[in-house]
Amino acid sequence: MILAVIVGLAIGTYAFRLAGVVLRERVALPERIQVLLPMTAATLLAALAATATFMDAGAFAGVARPAGVAVGAFLAWRRAPFVLVVVAAAATAALLRLAGVE
Amino acid sequence: MTVAVRSILGDRALVRDVAALGLAVFAVSVSFGAIAVAAGIPPGLTVLMSLLVFAGGSQFLAVGLIAAGNPFAAIFAGLLLNARHLPFGLAIGDVIGTRWWQRLVGAHLLIDESVAFALAQPDPVRRRRAYWATGGTLFVLWNIGATLGVLLGNAGDPDALGLDAAFPAGLFALLLPTLKDPTTRLVALTGALVAVVTTPILPAGLPVLLALTGLLALLARPRPRKTVSS
Repeated sequence: MILAVIVGLAIGTYAFRLAGVVLRERVALPERIQVLLPMTAATLLAALAATATFMDAGAFAGVARPAGVAVGAFLAWRRAPFVLVVVAAAATAALLRLAGVE
Repeated sequence: MTVAVRSILGDRALVRDVAALGLAVFAVSVSFGAIAVAAGIPPGLTVLMSLLVFAGGSQFLAVGLIAAGNPFAAIFAGLLLNARHLPFGLAIGDVIGTRWWQRLVGAHLLIDESVAFALAQPDPVRRRRAYWATGGTLFVLWNIGATLGVLLGNAGDPDALGLDAAFPAGLFALLLPTLKDPTTRLVALTGALVAVVTTPILPAGLPVLLALTGLLALLARPRPRKTVSS
């Protein structure tokens, strides 16, 4: 039963992935739509980042995580190296939690 | 192939950045392996799931629903969460390559991080390099991590290390160059707002797809600009 779930999920997920990649090649999109495609990816990623920042299992994620992301975002905006952005975000959230702030 | 690997390794900044996110992903995958076996998924199947599905969010979701005795929901909810890969493929499918083996292998490496790293690059050559480097590295790390988690059985709590903040912060940093374009920024931020607001009321996966309604913000502008930084 578990194997069936895994195989079902794997096939479906791969189908989504391959479908997008192949459709991109096969379907001749008008130029006006093609211009929108990078925007589509950016919007999905922004939505992922925003929901991962503020929400946890459908509820508000608390203080520590958004605060960590805010520190990381500020550093990114100040053109800090990517490594520093990621480490500072994690460290901020971890230290806040260590201090008892969830 | 060795030429491609050498060209990736030659890009020091890319290697360093991918490694930074890769470490965070690695730690999360260790906890996935541990949580899955704790939930009663056999060790071999846990590793198989990581190899074949390779989409973290849906793996955690599926494990939770299998443990709750709801296998059909595990497939359905997982697929809903992964439906975003279709528009991702549409958007950056040309980055992967034109040969069939490249598409077949490259499609499996389509994850949020490989899309974000590709999108952050200024030209097609670097986009392709970033896509394969990110997807390939994270695939290896994700599966080693999951295996390690299965073996350890207890991985501690990645949240205690603040790793849940690392992923969105990294995504934001990668998105910044793209968001410099005012039109893209308007659409992306509108979409992000829609996703956050609808998260408490919709099943996981739908809010992010619903973010595409952010494109409607273009209609609110009388003359949308044609140039999109990509």
